[in-house]
Amino acid sequence: MNTILIRKFFYGDIPDETGGGELPQTPSKEAGKEWPLWEVLIRSKQGLDHKHAGSLHAADAKMAIENARDVYTRRMEGVSIWVVESKYIHATNPDESGELFEPAEDKIYRHPTFYELPDEVNKM
Amino acid sequence: MSKHLTDFILHLADSTLILGQRNGEWCGHGPVLEQDIAITNITLDLIGQARSLYQYAAKLINEVSKLSESEVPPAEGFKAASEDTLAYLRTEREFKNFLLVEQPNSDWGQTILRQFLFSTWQYYLYQQLKEKGSDTTLAAIAEKSLKEISYHVRWSGEWVIRLGDGTAESKKRMAHAIQELWPYTGELFLPAPYEKVAEVDFDKLKPAWFKKVSDVFNEATLLVPQHVYMHTGGKTGTHTEHLGYMLAELQYMQRSFPGCEW
Repeated sequence: MNTILIRKFFYGDIPDETGGGELPQTPSKEAGKEWPLWEVLIRSKQGLDHKHAGSLHAADAKMAIENARDVYTRRMEGVSIWVVESKYIHATNPDESGELFEPAEDKIYRHPTFYELPDEVNKM
Repeated sequence: MSKHLTDFILHLADSTLILGQRNGEWCGHGPVLEQDIAITNITLDLIGQARSLYQYAAKLINEVSKLSESEVPPAEGFKAASEDTLAYLRTEREFKNFLLVEQPNSDWGQTILRQFLFSTWQYYLYQQLKEKGSDTTLAAIAEKSLKEISYHVRWSGEWVIRLGDGTAESKKRMAHAIQELWPYTGELFLPAPYEKVAEVDFDKLKPAWFKKVSDVFNEATLLVPQHVYMHTGGKTGTHTEHLGYMLAELQYMQRSFPGCEW
């Protein structure tokens, strides 16, 4: 059986097959070709901490830093960037949040709210 | 003298604007979201640089036309030159951009190779303009742009290495891109008549560019072409057929609705 494929291009439109991206494949194949996920931490000012800004895909650390620069610091959000591959981050299991976090709820004496602060100490 | 300087600035501005316009076609079509943003960021840098250069050229043109006003009354409908009239109301033959930057996009590899070849040229030329400093405005524009250009060279150079030294497919595409674009690189170092006034040192520019490009190609395991016929003409207004289509799209609004703003 003959199949005729008709494609229509518009000026300035880049056809998928030459557009650099892979053609859509079967989902399993596609998953293997995805670049790894990276977490991005940005320090907004000297002296402040790096804060989690979001995540992105990149083939290697260099590309991850450049992508982070382009995606997350376009509006002067940062002076320093850290990236770490997401697979290296170990997280708590949400199912265990009861035993992990709830015991702290009724222990208000752990908050340092029972001290009298001198007036000279602001911003505590 | 002044005409030559204006032409030189227009040549820099046109090359930057036209490459920006080409890269802009990737907006929404990048291979992945992150690279889509990266290439459009670079596009905005390029258009920003073009604006500074057009503004300076417009200033020089207006200074000259005021001097000659007393002798020849300005033509009817005469408007002072501005960055907009220079970008939107000049014809194809008046554009002085390199042929390299007007070539249509094919794949991602070709786009980043073109960016790398152009940004590397920009990097070494702007170094000269900055160091010479005989024209303080041009030196200031060069200094400001160099920060952006350094990143463009690094970003595109790393992509050339990544794809050249990547898979068999990516290497094949990069080799093809080099074959396609290399014949347009001779023009980068062919002095135009108006460049004498700018004192561009082509004897220094070409080896510096060639060394950087060769180093990156070597790392990318790509071959530097030898003895290639070079196309020329863009710098003096003789363009390939592609520029007309680009200008048609770029200038459509101002041509159809003169003076329109939004």
